[in-house]
Amino acid sequence: MQYHEFFPLGDSGVVVKLGTTIDQHTHESVKKLSVCLQEEPFPGMVEIVPGFTTVSIYYDPLALYDPKSEQTPYEKVVGLLGEIISRTQKGKAREPRLVEIPVCYGGEYGPDLEEVARHNGLAPDEVVRIHSEQKYLVYMIGFAPGFPYLGGLDERIATPRRTAPRTAIPKGSVGIGGSQTGIYPIVSPGGWNIIGRTAVPLFRPEQQPPSLLRAGDFVRFLPVSPEEYDARREMAP
Amino acid sequence: MSMEVIQPGVCTTVQDLGRYGFQQHGVIVGGAMDPLAMRVANMLVGNRQRDAVLELTLKGPSLLLQKDLLLAVCGGDFAPTVDGKRIAPNRPVWVKRGSTLQFSHAKQGCRAYLAVAGGFDVPMLMDSRSTNFRSGFGGFEGRMLQAKDVLSTRPPGEYSRHLACNYADAAGENAFSQADWHVPRSLFPYIAEPVVRVIRGEQYSGFSTESRERFWKEPFRVTPQSDRMGYRLDGPPLTLSSPLEMTSEAVTAGTIQVPPSGQPIVLLADRQTIGGYPKIGYVATVDLPIFAQLKPGDVVRFREVSVGEAQHALYARERELKQLQVAMELTTGWR
Repeated sequence: MQYHEFFPLGDSGVVVKLGTTIDQHTHESVKKLSVCLQEEPFPGMVEIVPGFTTVSIYYDPLALYDPKSEQTPYEKVVGLLGEIISRTQKGKAREPRLVEIPVCYGGEYGPDLEEVARHNGLAPDEVVRIHSEQKYLVYMIGFAPGFPYLGGLDERIATPRRTAPRTAIPKGSVGIGGSQTGIYPIVSPGGWNIIGRTAVPLFRPEQQPPSLLRAGDFVRFLPVSPEEYDARREMAP
Repeated sequence: MSMEVIQPGVCTTVQDLGRYGFQQHGVIVGGAMDPLAMRVANMLVGNRQRDAVLELTLKGPSLLLQKDLLLAVCGGDFAPTVDGKRIAPNRPVWVKRGSTLQFSHAKQGCRAYLAVAGGFDVPMLMDSRSTNFRSGFGGFEGRMLQAKDVLSTRPPGEYSRHLACNYADAAGENAFSQADWHVPRSLFPYIAEPVVRVIRGEQYSGFSTESRERFWKEPFRVTPQSDRMGYRLDGPPLTLSSPLEMTSEAVTAGTIQVPPSGQPIVLLADRQTIGGYPKIGYVATVDLPIFAQLKPGDVVRFREVSVGEAQHALYARERELKQLQVAMELTTGWR
């Protein structure tokens, strides 16, 4: 039986904890439950948010409230989820997608590439090679619209956050913060070292789904020249 | 074209009940901070409860009406006037075109809701008309209102037209006329020094015994660093018995998280989808309207409830709203 624990997320949600460490195995369990709930939502379910070790499920307590029943809506949801978990964890997970994201490294698009190289005693080219040869797992999307939490940064290029955060990092900036890497989908303040930029929009409010990436996808960064970046940007909306 | 913004106020935005189903893409829920006042305002003009309204914060706007409108104001008291004459809250008001609707600063509460028959006409984006001004989309051009903006309203439904007829006739030569009945103030749970119901959070037991006691006993004050995203509170510092290894996970409206400073932050409508601080509790959904009406300097206390009690209270509130709907329809001759 799959390890799981339930916690109330206030009065309109429940957190299902499916593991105690951030790893591939826990991620698989998170993904299986997420896919299952998305394909077959239970009555009253509103939406789900996959996390590193959890799936958070929002529900409408009014849709599940029965004044004649002793059971609270929370207890009902926990009961339903218990059944769903024992059913789903046997199945096979969906094949993950690999999404390639073209990145123009260094120069005006990656002002901190030199700094990341210096910090790690590498040449800028080596930083680019190490950063772009890895396949990164998208653990979850959050913090900002379309922002992917990526796992798998090579420790050889890990770099602490900048001491003074920037007030506005351009949309599409690819950065390294500690042992994490990620892409800023919208203009935002931030303290990560920016090593490149992509013209691929990660967040498109007018499209369904609005986020290019979803939890469980793999990402590979594809180095491109400034000319290719510019050409791509002209095509992007 | 229905109204032109003369003065925009501090933070006036188009809101509805929020954007659900997109948190897994990092898109916040948003929506009205005080959904109770927002829904009642819509009910008063015959709208669907989720139609788009204006949310006013701390200081309201001045608006020039470009056509006759049926409207209602609920929530905090912003002393609304039409051409300088006070109009009353919590009831339908019919206002003639060419009039100026003006709101002052909040005399009581923090937020008011202006509903107009038909609802405000902004594009539906991801199933919602609410403004996400941090990400710059939704609502009116993804931002707070500015002077010279022109807002449109959607065509009112049959019930709204019935209500408008009732009050338009009564206006005669006057700039406005209002219903001689109103929604009882007792429906809105705003009180001077509120006690808000809270459900224990996942890391509650990780806090020191002293911190837990103080959390339920002592008052907390809303600091000026408070907005639609969250309220920062000032009170007895809350500390963990021993450091906790935290993993970021979903946070909800009402989540009370405690950063290392020990001063709690209550996350509200525009919270991020994911957070990583220990959670000492969750404000019960039924009491979020009380919380949303607190302004910097106001004091609040917490009282513990179970998940079941919070859900029961929400159900009781919902039943009250259904009864209110029926009562209003009878009063206005619709049923």
